[in-house]
Amino acid sequence: MKKNRLIPIVLLKDGWVVQSKDFSQYQNLGNPVTTVKRLSEWASDEIIYIDISRGDKYDTRRNDQGYKNRGSFLNIIKDVSDIAFMPITVGGKIRTMKDIEDRLSSGADKICLNSIAINDTKFINQASKEFGSQCIVISIDAKKNLDNHLVYSNGGREITNMTPDEFARIVEDNGAGEILINSIDRDGSGSGYDIPLIEKVADSVSIPVIACGGVGGWDHFSEAFEKTSVDAVAAANVFHYTDQSVYLAKKHLYESGFNVRKPDLIKI
Amino acid sequence: MVKTKICILDYGSGNIRSVYNVIRHLQFDVVVSNNAKEIKNSSHVILPGVGAFPSAMKKIENNIPLDCLENEILDKGKPFLGICVGMQVLADFGNEHESCKGLGWIGGSVNKLSVGSFPLPHIGWNDISIIKQSQIFNGLKDYRDFYYVHSYAFNVKDKNHVLAHTEYGSNFTSIVCKDNIYGFQFHPEKSQRAGQLLLKNFIKLYEKE
Repeated sequence: MKKNRLIPIVLLKDGWVVQSKDFSQYQNLGNPVTTVKRLSEWASDEIIYIDISRGDKYDTRRNDQGYKNRGSFLNIIKDVSDIAFMPITVGGKIRTMKDIEDRLSSGADKICLNSIAINDTKFINQASKEFGSQCIVISIDAKKNLDNHLVYSNGGREITNMTPDEFARIVEDNGAGEILINSIDRDGSGSGYDIPLIEKVADSVSIPVIACGGVGGWDHFSEAFEKTSVDAVAAANVFHYTDQSVYLAKKHLYESGFNVRKPDLIKI
Repeated sequence: MVKTKICILDYGSGNIRSVYNVIRHLQFDVVVSNNAKEIKNSSHVILPGVGAFPSAMKKIENNIPLDCLENEILDKGKPFLGICVGMQVLADFGNEHESCKGLGWIGGSVNKLSVGSFPLPHIGWNDISIIKQSQIFNGLKDYRDFYYVHSYAFNVKDKNHVLAHTEYGSNFTSIVCKDNIYGFQFHPEKSQRAGQLLLKNFIKLYEKE
């Protein structure tokens, strides 16, 4: 039987792994390659790696961890894919077909689109035809607005007039393979997923939906699997502060009887 | 006697980099090549693959010296492993987009998965059921989930060649084996402990001291 997935998200800003709160405050957490190595050792089902830098400067200054300074995001993807024996989804700053090709040839298995998917839905169609639906993930950022949720673009800075479930159907119709739904309100809050938002999006499409935004404890993962039809649960911050976090979260789900892979620890 | 050296066939398709990384990680000597001399000098041959059956076959015919490869694999019995589409091309023919001739090393055809209401492609972690015991499963224990990305599967003619199947809407062949020729429908290079164990077993089974 196909398993539900537990996916850590790694946010990268100017070459560093960061923690995000409200899409606006960032705290530096360290070297991107070391972080992915750990997530790989804790047997993550896959990872989502998102570049949220505004500029093009990549600096992983510390060389004391055995990884050399790499000047570009593509080189960082290459280094990461060398030690991640699991699928990698790469997102951030993808604007052209060439951007996709570059990321896939550097070791990404899937790519994740955000603003471009909102500005140009034809691009989703074109990308899924060229590279296959299986490697096109659309990330949707949503925020509560009076009574319903609305989609935001450009890293949460611009409001649109679409509801997330409307937009989810549009991206599915255009050939997207998966949807990552993220609550801006819950980002960095640790107060749990926005269940009504996640449920609405998961029920509106037949492609796999990944829940994101707000996880503060392992029970929040269980809650998403119990109350919604999501295929996968994702989180970022919560995985960074506990040793063996992914392993422990997986163990919690596995022992509670959820349909996940057996937890494992691997030496890499 | 050829010492253990794995040749990953490079025909301009597929996940060569990650297959190379995992073999290196397992500490075996490995080369990526489509050169007849390298194929002859290696102890094992791996054919990775991502993409559609017809385009993979076309690239294989254009880039790989098939006479040499068939001589090494079919006549001399060198161990061979096909991954994903690299497994599917072992069939007599494939029915993806158009009917297309395969290598015909293992009898059968490649057809679209019959999945009922499940979405295609079949993407993600899924477990295997062992149909026929083999040393390739040595030490597998409870870690039986592998990572898949595909919409088509190999309908093997002789059921004796099926080592394992996987369920997604219906059962499909996930590991095929005929003598020294193996095929994995999943991606062992993306399947962490379980994937590395099967790769290691495949290499060790035919390792010469």
